[in-house]
Amino acid sequence: MDLLQLIVSGVSQGCVYGLIALGFVLIYKATEMVNFAQGDLMMLGAYVAVTFINILGWPFGWGLLATLAVMALVGVVLERLLFRPMLGEPHFAVLMLTIGLGFILRAFAGAVWGNEPQALHAPYAGQVLRVGELVIGYENLVIVLGTVLLCTLLYLFFRFTRLGIAMQAASQNQLAAFYVGIPVKRIFSLVWALSALVAAFAGVLTAPVSMIDPLIGFVGIKAFAAAIVGGFGSLPGAILGGLLVGLVEQFAGLYLPPGYADMSAYVLLLVMLMIRPEGLFASMQQKKV
Amino acid sequence: MAALLELTNIETYYGPIMAIRGVSLQVEAGRIVSLLGANGAGKTTVLKTISGAMDPQKGTVRFDGREIQTRDPDWVARLGIAHVPEGREVFPFLNVEENLQMGAFSRRDASIAADIELVYEYFPVLKGLRKQAAQVLSGGQQQMLAIGRALMLRPKLMLLDEPSLGLSPKLIQEIATIITRLNKEQNVTILLVEQNARMALDIGDFGYVMEMGRIVMEDECERLRNATDIQEFYLGMKDEGVRGRRRWKQRKTWR
Ligand SMILES: Nc1ncnc2c1ncn2[C@@H]1O[C@H](COP(=O)(O)OP(=O)(O)OP(=O)(O)O)[C@@H](O)[C@H]1O
Ligand SMILES: [Mg+2]
Repeated sequence: MDLLQLIVSGVSQGCVYGLIALGFVLIYKATEMVNFAQGDLMMLGAYVAVTFINILGWPFGWGLLATLAVMALVGVVLERLLFRPMLGEPHFAVLMLTIGLGFILRAFAGAVWGNEPQALHAPYAGQVLRVGELVIGYENLVIVLGTVLLCTLLYLFFRFTRLGIAMQAASQNQLAAFYVGIPVKRIFSLVWALSALVAAFAGVLTAPVSMIDPLIGFVGIKAFAAAIVGGFGSLPGAILGGLLVGLVEQFAGLYLPPGYADMSAYVLLLVMLMIRPEGLFASMQQKKV
Repeated sequence: MAALLELTNIETYYGPIMAIRGVSLQVEAGRIVSLLGANGAGKTTVLKTISGAMDPQKGTVRFDGREIQTRDPDWVARLGIAHVPEGREVFPFLNVEENLQMGAFSRRDASIAADIELVYEYFPVLKGLRKQAAQVLSGGQQQMLAIGRALMLRPKLMLLDEPSLGLSPKLIQEIATIITRLNKEQNVTILLVEQNARMALDIGDFGYVMEMGRIVMEDECERLRNATDIQEFYLGMKDEGVRGRRRWKQRKTWR
């Protein structure tokens, strides 16, 4: 029925928001920088995947892995060249830098891949799963399962690996991390790598469903709202915030006049800031990363 | 014999403010050296300059024969200097054991697990709290954790910044005993910053006294204990000292 159908699309769209939000939060928690180019990293990831899969004709799985690797590298390079020198600079300066980076990435994508919308070829594109009256596109299913898989891996990484725990340590107390000999600057590079990788993953998941063009990165603004709704310091909060934004958007699309759906993320954000300014997850902020 | 640590004419600034005005000091291997001074004297800044959290404008820091004054703190730590900062600075959301593991982050050898047990031998309370988040520990327990975490580096030199701060006299005594034991049993050379002059002079071998960013007195602790100035200014004046204005704390201003 309709309601379930809406929930399915809301959740799958919400996963994409959530993944981008995750990237915001990862970088913010570690470095206290807000990276407004996070959505554009997602866009870039989608285009890199288009290059491997559509243009070079690689199998989807290999194309995905190659994309993640390339984008992780992009994250490292960005950190090394642009953001490491900005450590300790005023927040607005860093913010401007990330906004500028967004412009550059969009122009770059337009120049290299053109401005026409295109779709990433996925082997599962167009197939559907029927459960009773419910029709679920495989694309949506893959988005949800992919998000669950990635979040599980991230959880295990942060919870149980030496490097993951060191990332938490560096986020929780930078100076103490230095004092115990954790190479904090290298950790920051890895955080950027991880965050670009997560964004690219979101891009690859979403690219078979919605056409991609150089401007799709603007969903990053909605994802930013989602991150704030989730508490902006909490990884689970980012995903939940994303889901909430995705769901609210679907329902707004159904029950409100056209055009309102696109506003709903920000309305949600405003409401959230009024009733619970610290965000959904503030109380357990940073608990489990 | 060359000293393990040697500072020569160090000058360190906070922006335009000159906090350290030409400090020279030596720490010989195997000793406990105390650095005393009222608050604002610059003791913490000296330690930060040694561990690389701040770079001096002038002067050199020599450790184990190498100049390290321009290095980052993680590099200095890997060289064998463990800094136990003012205010403990444990990783609040990691549990006790994870905090200790992070102390050994730079190590690759097989005896890390054994060293965690060693820390638990020195601080038995921590063993019972091993799965607790560090933030729920009491001040004294956090201080023990911070020292234990520093020990996990297997350092040659440990910098301790006011470990007695905010602790009960009984706990202070306990910490003092542990510091002496670490020095004797684990061969850790110690540079101890304290406002609690009584404790610092009791366990120290050699002492420096700072005022306004300068060293104003240095001698064997034995003799400092008997110096009239010290008795008047530090021992007579209650151990708490004048801790009025303090702490626009050391958030991430490590540079
Ligand atoms: N972040 C800072 N910015 C500007 N000035 C600072 C900063 N931290 C310390 N200072 C100044 O540097 C001087 C030395 O400070 P420092 O913290 O080293 O003193 P201290 O001897 O450790 O004092 P305490 O016993 O209170 O810890 C002080 O005069 C202080 O006002
Ligand atoms: Mg101090």
